[in-house]
Amino acid sequence: MADLQVLLWLSFVLFGIGLVGVMVRRNALVMLMCMELMLNAVILALVVFSLRTATLSGTVLVFLIFVVAAAEIAIAIPIVLMLSRQKRSLDVEGYDSLKG
Amino acid sequence: MSIDTVLLYFFVVAALAGGVLMLVAQHPMRVALALIAVMLSLAGVYAMLGVHAVAVFQVLIYVGAVMVFMVYVIMLLDVRDPSFVVRYGRLLLPGVALGTLLATVLGLGMAQMRVTPAAAGVETPSYLVRPFSQEFLQQYWLHFELTSVLLVAAVVAAIAVIKSGRRQDG
Repeated sequence: MADLQVLLWLSFVLFGIGLVGVMVRRNALVMLMCMELMLNAVILALVVFSLRTATLSGTVLVFLIFVVAAAEIAIAIPIVLMLSRQKRSLDVEGYDSLKG
Repeated sequence: MSIDTVLLYFFVVAALAGGVLMLVAQHPMRVALALIAVMLSLAGVYAMLGVHAVAVFQVLIYVGAVMVFMVYVIMLLDVRDPSFVVRYGRLLLPGVALGTLLATVLGLGMAQMRVTPAAAGVETPSYLVRPFSQEFLQQYWLHFELTSVLLVAAVVAAIAVIKSGRRQDG
């Protein structure tokens, strides 16, 4: 049996990398991909907990997350496309229309 | 040390390396390739853990659908702007500081937590594709059907976003 603690740490580190990536990166598409990384980390944690409790519900939740991730990317990409068409840029520093 | 353990730790290290690469790579295409590497490594981890159903769908849905879509958009958008030359925005220092703070708090919590393997008496359910699917569709069929509502809503929303953008363009 694999060391579940190590896998939980991996999930934690990947989530942290994704979170920092969303905050510090400049490119809108890169920010989106860092969000995907955070989702992946959560999925890993769910699988670990599912194995720990020896139940299926965690794994079932993973499938629902897959669906949500697919829906999320289907909405997020058109939004990024619209933004880049309007601003001619993927630079999030330029998206300041809501600034007071 | 069995070959399974070696492979598992290989995939863990590969996922970590891909994650770090995502933070430092400059071009979005390189970040996308690093993310694909992370996802494939995680699929390997799931396969090594015996959770085959999740491993298969990780490759099919994440790498096969989501990331192909992402790579396609990166190729489609031929924009050149400062975000392709400068990696980090103005929030670099606050972002790293906040990330470190969160990592400290969560890490302290996790250091106290011990994840032990499942108790010896408990029967572990099979995560192979066939028994898992039967269990899934018998117990959770309503949730499975409800996700289709979410998908329809996503499709309608995507079309609405595209249409509103077209109206603004004139």
